[in-house]
Amino acid sequence: MNTELLFQLLVNGLIVGMLYGVVAMCFVLIYKSTQVVNFAQGEFLVLGAWVCLALVVDAGLPFFLAFLFSLVFMTLFGIVVQTVILRPLIGEPIISVIMVTIGLSIFMQALMNWIFGNNAESFPPVFGEVGFVTIGGLNVEIAYLMSLFLSLIIMGAFFYFFKYTRHGLAMRATAFNQQVAASLGISVKQTFAMAWAISALVSGVAGVVMGIVSGVSNSLAVVGIKVFPAVIVGGLDSIVGAVVGGVIIGLLENFAEFIDGQYLQVGNLYTVAPFYVLILILMIKPYGLFGTKDIERI
Amino acid sequence: MGHVPNPRPSGDFRSTYADDNSLFPTRPAFYAMVAMVIAAIVIAPFLSEQLLFILISIGIYGIAALGLNVLVGVTGQISLGHSAFFGFGAFSSAYLSTNTGIPVLIAMPLAGLMTTAVGLIFGLPAARIKGLYLAIATLASQFILEDFFARAEWFTGGVYGSLADRPSLFGFILNTDLRYFYLVLFWTVVSYVAVSNLLRSRDGRALVAVRDHYLSAEIMGVNLTKYRVLSFGISSFFAGLGGALYAHYLEYVSVEGFTIILSISFLAMIIIGGLGSVAGSILGAAFIMVLPLVMETVASWAADIFPAMDAGKAYIKQMSIGAAIILFLIFEPEGLIHRWRLMRASWKLFPFST
Repeated sequence: MNTELLFQLLVNGLIVGMLYGVVAMCFVLIYKSTQVVNFAQGEFLVLGAWVCLALVVDAGLPFFLAFLFSLVFMTLFGIVVQTVILRPLIGEPIISVIMVTIGLSIFMQALMNWIFGNNAESFPPVFGEVGFVTIGGLNVEIAYLMSLFLSLIIMGAFFYFFKYTRHGLAMRATAFNQQVAASLGISVKQTFAMAWAISALVSGVAGVVMGIVSGVSNSLAVVGIKVFPAVIVGGLDSIVGAVVGGVIIGLLENFAEFIDGQYLQVGNLYTVAPFYVLILILMIKPYGLFGTKDIERI
Repeated sequence: MGHVPNPRPSGDFRSTYADDNSLFPTRPAFYAMVAMVIAAIVIAPFLSEQLLFILISIGIYGIAALGLNVLVGVTGQISLGHSAFFGFGAFSSAYLSTNTGIPVLIAMPLAGLMTTAVGLIFGLPAARIKGLYLAIATLASQFILEDFFARAEWFTGGVYGSLADRPSLFGFILNTDLRYFYLVLFWTVVSYVAVSNLLRSRDGRALVAVRDHYLSAEIMGVNLTKYRVLSFGISSFFAGLGGALYAHYLEYVSVEGFTIILSISFLAMIIIGGLGSVAGSILGAAFIMVLPLVMETVASWAADIFPAMDAGKAYIKQMSIGAAIILFLIFEPEGLIHRWRLMRASWKLFPFST
């Protein structure tokens, strides 16, 4: 058994898993506060990455300024999507809400293919020369470490926001019960818009980070699909669960690749393995590790 | 869901149970149906190749959409994996007709039955979950089946795909589009009548009850697990049948044809046509088939003015489907069939209608 390879893959899995966790968090944030399942999360990510890349390469802005502008853009984008597309569907059956985000997802896919092209492009080196650091005999790219670091910062910010700020409290209250929140003077509409704005913003950050690590292309949107196994494992309405689920799926993917490459040789196992796990989890523990079980009353 | 499956204008009373249970709501509706089928049979030989192609596609996708509508529109279960079942039917029929010597015409419904079996397997876990979780589970089944198609070379030919012969009837080969059109028309009519018939039976009403309020349905004695799994089976059957027709029409089946985009298109068809409506499924299929052609023409006109549009044609087609889904959900969530009903009601009440 090739321990070194396994270890290397697991470290990759952890780092990629943290990014999945960040995207899963955005997904859960929207689901928890607005009861909308966002099938376009992956496209949000790609949009953030493309906008930032376009600002750096075509407009020639310095990276940090471009990054800042793309974040502002994503925030506005999230608000526009919520108000124009999702607001008319409040109170509609769940299938309509799911379908509208799916429609948004294929619309955005085609539009981004058209505007930004089908090819992968890479960011000019942002963190100086791309180098490696050696940790415990392993070579880890600095970009990977930076992404790990950023994921932790985002998670910390989420924690702080929900725990200690007024808006975070308002959002938790709205997620808990919209009517009660409204009667306490919280504007539910604003909270919904804010949830989408934050989610789009953070997805944009994740997109830029992934773009720096592995190049920007429309195939990054796959992350939007990988998020489903992650959130199901963690529990659909748990932010902590999203992070844990993301890390589990990241590790699992790389572990599946290891098993596949070393023993089974079936090829392509790592893309399907999360979905088998998803079905399994749904069968034995449909509310995931940290999700709350709904109790229905007639 | 907030919508009535079959609204009737005031004053249209049914005085017997037989009336209420009839396959077609009125005699004229029945005659109109027969007239449309006869018209299709008579007109078909005079149509151009391209029109026939469009009609055949509408038939094939319409059958599959009909199946999906039983699952989504009637039972209220969401499936994002319908194209995988469609693909399974296509590969089954190709496999049966090439490897076992079963005549193609028999292999097609058999492929439908094989797909039913697979649908039941995936339906079993689905019986326990609903709504969002089900959507995600069927999304997983889409990826798992797609992966299976790429891997199971004995069954699908792997990445090379497999060949499917055109069917023949007593030595008469259905090798032209016109002849194939009649076959598709036959199956479309059979499926249409079968689903309409299902909806007026006890089983059909039980499915509607499961959609409208599953707890009440259970209390009324509807076996939830049975009906949820059953609706998966029924929907897979029509997906498989549609897939089989698709395979033998193209005479070649490849793995790339059955992606999530097709699943989304099926959902788009039933949403645009009208959830829970039999005629709506076919209308929606027609809309989704014709929309890209219309957009193509529009884009060509636009390209004369702005040459930059030319490169975007393929993208405009996909964008138009996405936009159609969003716009229909916001402005006409009950679909085209609802528009049609409004128009009909307005003719009926003519001088007094608004």
